[in-house]
Amino acid sequence: MFNLIKRFTSFVAMIAVLFAFTTETMAAKKSKTLKNTQKKGFVRCGVSQGLPGFSNADASGNWTGIDVDVCRAVAAAVLGDANKVKFTPLSAKERFTALTSGEIDILSRNTTWTLSRDADIGLTFVGVNFYDGQGFMVRKSSGITSTSQFKDGISACTNIGTTTELNMRDFFNSRGISYEPVAFEKADEVVAAYDAGRCDTYTTDKSGLAAQRTKMSNPDEHIVLPETVSKEPLGPVVRQGDSVWEDIVRWSLNTMIEAEEYGITSANADSMKTSDNPAIKRLVGAEGELGAAFGLDNDWSLRIIKQVGNYGESYKRNIADTGILPDRGPNELWTKGGILYVPPAR
Amino acid sequence: MMNKFTFLNPDRSNISSVLITGIFFITIGILDVLLNTFFKLNIISFLPSKISFITPFILGIIGFNLIRIEYTGIKFIDVINKHINPSNFNAALTLIIIFLIIKAIPPSLSWMILDANISGDTKEACTGTGACWTYIKVWFKRFMYGMYPNEQHWRINTAFLLVIALGTFGLFATEKMKKFLALYYVLIYPILAFMIIYYLISGGYFGLEWIETGAWGGLSLTFIVSFFCLIFCFPLGMILALGRRSSLPAVRYVSIGYIEFWRGVPLITVLFMSSVMFPMFLPEDFFMDKLVRVIIAITLFEGAYCAEVIRGGLQSLPRGQYDAAKSLGMGYWKMHIFVILPQALKLVIPGICNTFLALVKDTPLIFVVGLAEIAGMLALAKTNPKWLGFAMEGYIFAAIIFWIICYAMSKYSYNLEAKYKTER
Amino acid sequence: MKFRILSYLFFFIGCLDLLVKILYGNIFSDFTEDYYEIANPILVFTPVLFFSIGGVFLKESKVNMSIENFGTSRLKYYSPQFICLAVVVLIFLFFTFNAQINMENRGIDFGFSFLNQEASFDMQFSLMDYDGQDPYWWAYVVALLNTLLVAVLGIIFCTIIGVIIGIARLSPNFLIRNSAAWYVEFFRNIPLLLQIFFWYYAALRALPLPQDATPLFGVTYLTIKGYYMPAFIWNNLNIFIYSLMAALIAIIFVRYYAIKLRDTEGKQLPVFYISIILLIFLPLLAFLFGGVSLIFELPVLKQLSATSFIYDGGIAVPPELIALTLALSLYTATFVAECVRAGIQGISKGQKEAAASLGLTPNQVLKLVIMPQALRIIIPPTTNQYLNLTKNSSLAAAIAYPDLVLVFAGTALMQTGRAIEIVSITMLTYLSISLAIAALMNWYNKMIEIKEK
Repeated sequence: MFNLIKRFTSFVAMIAVLFAFTTETMAAKKSKTLKNTQKKGFVRCGVSQGLPGFSNADASGNWTGIDVDVCRAVAAAVLGDANKVKFTPLSAKERFTALTSGEIDILSRNTTWTLSRDADIGLTFVGVNFYDGQGFMVRKSSGITSTSQFKDGISACTNIGTTTELNMRDFFNSRGISYEPVAFEKADEVVAAYDAGRCDTYTTDKSGLAAQRTKMSNPDEHIVLPETVSKEPLGPVVRQGDSVWEDIVRWSLNTMIEAEEYGITSANADSMKTSDNPAIKRLVGAEGELGAAFGLDNDWSLRIIKQVGNYGESYKRNIADTGILPDRGPNELWTKGGILYVPPAR
Repeated sequence: MMNKFTFLNPDRSNISSVLITGIFFITIGILDVLLNTFFKLNIISFLPSKISFITPFILGIIGFNLIRIEYTGIKFIDVINKHINPSNFNAALTLIIIFLIIKAIPPSLSWMILDANISGDTKEACTGTGACWTYIKVWFKRFMYGMYPNEQHWRINTAFLLVIALGTFGLFATEKMKKFLALYYVLIYPILAFMIIYYLISGGYFGLEWIETGAWGGLSLTFIVSFFCLIFCFPLGMILALGRRSSLPAVRYVSIGYIEFWRGVPLITVLFMSSVMFPMFLPEDFFMDKLVRVIIAITLFEGAYCAEVIRGGLQSLPRGQYDAAKSLGMGYWKMHIFVILPQALKLVIPGICNTFLALVKDTPLIFVVGLAEIAGMLALAKTNPKWLGFAMEGYIFAAIIFWIICYAMSKYSYNLEAKYKTER
Repeated sequence: MKFRILSYLFFFIGCLDLLVKILYGNIFSDFTEDYYEIANPILVFTPVLFFSIGGVFLKESKVNMSIENFGTSRLKYYSPQFICLAVVVLIFLFFTFNAQINMENRGIDFGFSFLNQEASFDMQFSLMDYDGQDPYWWAYVVALLNTLLVAVLGIIFCTIIGVIIGIARLSPNFLIRNSAAWYVEFFRNIPLLLQIFFWYYAALRALPLPQDATPLFGVTYLTIKGYYMPAFIWNNLNIFIYSLMAALIAIIFVRYYAIKLRDTEGKQLPVFYISIILLIFLPLLAFLFGGVSLIFELPVLKQLSATSFIYDGGIAVPPELIALTLALSLYTATFVAECVRAGIQGISKGQKEAAASLGLTPNQVLKLVIMPQALRIIIPPTTNQYLNLTKNSSLAAAIAYPDLVLVFAGTALMQTGRAIEIVSITMLTYLSISLAIAALMNWYNKMIEIKEK
């Protein structure tokens, strides 16, 4: 009889342990990344190795750029302070493996959203923070004013392993022009080769062309040709499998864009708590329980707007005011003629 | 054919006339090239350009042929004849080399030293046509220490000094301590060095600021990586060498497989493997720093080369040592630790020096996987918008530094080899 | 005897197991669905288990060699091996286990089917026809050919330079000897990567633009965009090849006849001059009467835009290839020079003195007495250096030359994301090349080694 009780209790104990274990692992699978980030105290963000306007470090190590602002928004939402981010500069080769291996949690490195990247390598794109297209840059003195003037035998410099390399091929093949691709791994080497005259044209995303032009020996000598030869929607990427973290990053970005739509800026965010528009009140956390869906407190969106600003402010201080691309082009709100249209936060 | 012209044939009988004409011709030839290079004068410009190009050469050959006398009695001419002038072919080659030196060295000297600028702080200070050493001066700290914060450079300096001081401990060891020298170098020294570098350079303890490995760079990173790889690959190489010579088939085949695999792949693919594949092979939450991964990959790679060097040393020991030790009843490990390894390691030290040299020369490759040691710092400085166009100075500076280090080490290992050869 | 049969049985089972696993995959996967993650890697390693057990039985079936095994028992003989094998297998299991879990969590597949996908990128320079529509495995083949091209060119140049420098280091001429010594010291002590960077980024970038280039030898142009040479366009190339082969066969016959003549009558035929005449004469006949013609397609300046020109026609050698070959040859030539010097110095002085006492000139001594013996010492380390050159050619990943590492382990890896498969294929390729050359050298060593009595 005593034996039976002993057996029964050990059986119950084992079941309890198993149950606790599975629920623990299941619960942990709910968002391991969020838990780890809160435990570490900073968001691990992968950025480029220096692209003015998107992610660039100054001499004292401060990072600025619209990609940087996405990570800072997530930090403000999750940890309460937009400065609690650790930036890891990555080359094009290591960017995806750094994300899948767990070295970083967000890849905000002007990465183009394509099918193969989304479906094939274990990543998820969570939105677009810059709609761009691929273009060509030539010297003003060459007299070329349009890509229709490209002739057979032209040499084009670009980065390896990027969508630009593939699009370039499609472009030249569709026009039947034979070309010489010169592809380097580091962006600085590409720029140096084009600057020295090794190639006749330099091709990458138009925003990248504008940014890299500032690093050349004589920026005024180069022009960006007007034609756009591909769609390059650039946005942040996270690992597949952690849907809560995915949602946090996606909605942090959407908050910034929607804040601009409603006219909320970092200056007037607090005063907007008493606004008449319920949508605005939801965005600043004065109404609703939106934060609980991610496991965050309700001030998450307010913190983003106050510490990082809305999308327009971020664009202005990083890209427009620095002279890279003063005209927002398609990166304008849908209400003002652009294509930034995000789902509502409710 | 020259012998047919007997009046040109040098002989002891017409020694003075032949010598004077010969030396006259040689001087004219060399003077012509000198004047052409330095003062842009052409004393034989009355000849058409193609012939005036060849004339100094022909004059020089005739001159050398004339002074080629077997034994003149004049010491200077004899020395020249023996060393530079044994035959016509040699004289021609000598002349070519002299002309190349005259044509090549002054422009490079003027570019590097005479016209160069070294003072000043900005790009505008480089006004001359020569090299801009100001660029090197401004970036010097970055080339040496990478992105390490300026105020903390003393930590790197003290760490290196400590490590070198501990390494030369073996020179001051007393007789009694010499027995434990091997143990010291193989076990204690690596651990001590690791702790020094970890606590001093990486920091985070004892009030020192923590500096992540991404900020380490420049020449100091080259040294840290080479040093760590060497002290860790030496024990690994020893184990592999012993394994390869063992009579247990499983152990032997595993060692051979390991050594042949790592010796057959290039280092760059090993580095790619470490940065791109290693993360897949480790558990999900276990994350290793990039520098640690690279050091592990290079250690595994160099361990195979070290193993071959040590195996060479083990093989060159006479079999009598093994037999004598076995006849004394020593087991495998006793025999190796007390009899074989002390002798073999002394023999392989030059080889290990060579391996270390190869390692130092291979370290710039880690630039390809994103660690900014000196080649990375050069690339960074080269593309800085304020300092464009000074790639050549940067490369020459890095080349000079590496050349000095590697030359010194190769001379040292050459001397060691000579010393140990005579000792046996 | 029983042990031997048992051992062969286990070897057989191991082979069967391996074949089944390779051809049909894991046939036990249905049973282990629940334990997939834990059991699968273990099941992969059962062939290793069978082979080891077979090996143990084989050892047991041979004469008991306990004295050689340090006079100890079976335990002391088998346990180290068992521990060693267990450690190795456990390490592999650990890695495979983790890799499987990681890949499942991320939704990544393991497989080589990506090799059939379209590559969609172009290559700057390829020896064979390659277009973006070709699959990845064709890109791999073309890139491998590029690597071999650099390796062969580098080997040729470094041999020539290395032999010259090596012999120069032994010259009695003071200037020549020291210049060669300084050459070796200079190029040996600077890292290869820095040399490649110097040649490509500093030296070749300083070359003029195509429109400003002055022609070398009248028809070739060295510019920043490459080295443009005239292309050979042959008519009836096969007849020319036949004439060359006929000339070679004739030379072999002449040599044979000359040796026979020397042995029987002591007369010397000037074989060298006869060979040269044959080599020039027979192809000339092919030109005049065989209908072989050769047109040169000269590079012509073509304007692409107001400031950019290229040379159309002819062969364009990309500056990346030039920089890589130059740096590799100069660097490896130093090591080859040291090997040659060590080989020639390794011949005892007595050989030189005996040859001189026979009245041979210094040139004949070198050619007939020293070199044949020295080659035995020179060739093994030189082959090692060739292997190093092939492995060092992977540094093309640092400049934009499309060799195996840059195209396959660079572009293809970034586009498909299959890190493990691609890096392992690349490493296995280099490993096969190394092992092939090492096997070749072992065979050569066995062929020429002095058979001692």
